[in-house]
Amino acid sequence: MAATRRAFLQGTIAGAGALVIGSARAKSQTQSITTRPIPSTGDQMPVVGLGTWITFNVGNDPELLDECAAVMAAFFEAGGRMIDSSPMYASSQPTVGYGLKKLGYPPQLFSAEKVWTSRGSNGSAQIEQTRAYWGVPRLDLVQVHNLLAWEEHLETLFAMKAEGKIRYVGITTSEGRRHREFERVMATQPIDFIQVTYNVLDREVEARILPLAKERGIGVIINRPFRQKDLIRLVERHPLPSWVAETRSSTWPQFLLKFIISHPAVTCVVPATTRVDHVRENMAAGIGPFPDEALRQRMSEYVRQL
Amino acid sequence: MSEWWTYSLSDLLLFSPRVYYRLFELHNHELWPAHLLSVAVGLAILYALLRPTIRRLRLVLAAFGVIWIWVAFAFFWQRYATINWAAVYVAPVFVVQGVMLLGTAAFGPVTSAAPEAKLIRFSGAALFALALFAYPVIAPFMGRTSSAAEVFGIAPDPTSLATLAVLAISPSRLRWLLMVIPLAWIAISTLTLLAMDAPEVWIAPVLAITTLVVSRPRDR
Repeated sequence: MAATRRAFLQGTIAGAGALVIGSARAKSQTQSITTRPIPSTGDQMPVVGLGTWITFNVGNDPELLDECAAVMAAFFEAGGRMIDSSPMYASSQPTVGYGLKKLGYPPQLFSAEKVWTSRGSNGSAQIEQTRAYWGVPRLDLVQVHNLLAWEEHLETLFAMKAEGKIRYVGITTSEGRRHREFERVMATQPIDFIQVTYNVLDREVEARILPLAKERGIGVIINRPFRQKDLIRLVERHPLPSWVAETRSSTWPQFLLKFIISHPAVTCVVPATTRVDHVRENMAAGIGPFPDEALRQRMSEYVRQL
Repeated sequence: MSEWWTYSLSDLLLFSPRVYYRLFELHNHELWPAHLLSVAVGLAILYALLRPTIRRLRLVLAAFGVIWIWVAFAFFWQRYATINWAAVYVAPVFVVQGVMLLGTAAFGPVTSAAPEAKLIRFSGAALFALALFAYPVIAPFMGRTSSAAEVFGIAPDPTSLATLAVLAISPSRLRWLLMVIPLAWIAISTLTLLAMDAPEVWIAPVLAITTLVVSRPRDR
């Protein structure tokens, strides 16, 4: 199995072609991705994960399934751990399962999933279906997707955690929805993770949610780092400012990711992609140095003015 | 879905344009040579529309009934549902439309068009011919492979447009009822293409509106 996996990884590396991500890339190959501890256990988590929204929903298309598996191979090769998905993402879960099987279930995998059903009584069955799609003995993290029926689902998830069926419990939201209720759950429930939208332009969570996560010892996963490509489309027409060289950002996606990662409350950001060169570029953004507070403000202002 | 008004159209799109178009490629690849049969049926329908008799029109409606049920099963249930969980809810609606068409074919008040409706008849036949022959050409015309062509009787959009064309020239007032589901599907499909920024987004709604215009005069 190991030989097969090595051959597959070599194949994907060769197949990806020449990558031109700049000089930081060469340095990154000799450095490891930065990790942060999960607050509730201290388990180290690489700061860049892999999202699957849209990108991994490829149905039963054999060519696209193999492309997703190649992305996963490059992700693990670069030191990645967290892959995030949801029952809402249609075929993304079976696609992750396909990739994991093809790669021989890399031991460093951290499975981040969600429960997404309006009936609390359906939660257990959906989580079991999710686990079966992934083909893993147990899921690491299960989050209540967009706070849907969160009272009932959290009850189920805490019980599963107590029984050792999952390791962590979390809640998610996106694009600033239901933040007040989100804060209330954070303040009153013993959750391990939250997942929110945060990027160089969407900074609302900095005011209350990220400080609360820090205070309560809750891990933070960041979704929509590129506003689903819109941010990249916005900035890529402009030159990368020379003053970000000190953070070793050599591309716009790295600039955008480093802004997010540099917030001290962030545990992991989960950009999604269908391309091997992009996943490597994203992973390289997880290697320091990262901008300090003054530079972060400058980065945000700069993008806001574009 | 809470706070549904905060979601944009693109937030509701579960797949990329590439995956969507490859869906038709895979579907065509798997069903070939069923396309030949669908074109043959289409030509027979076109003949029946140009030289209508009551028996022929009943057969046309029956053929459409079978086609809608087939598209429900083969496209929505087996294919589209792999990338869009909402497709499993659309499939039964297509079955309902198929059953309604079969019911109209068997028991509905079908009458041959009056001679003065010749212009309407030819307009409807022309719209049907567009759905049959022109719609599959959109994919290569937009720079995609011709194997991703959307074909009448195989894909839902040309099937819906062809159905609307036939209903437009039907003298029966039942046609308005039978048009609801095809129009609803064209609306959903248009929103999907809009969310994908697809350049062909305008084609299906323009054809659908044209069929409504053709259909309208006889109610005066």
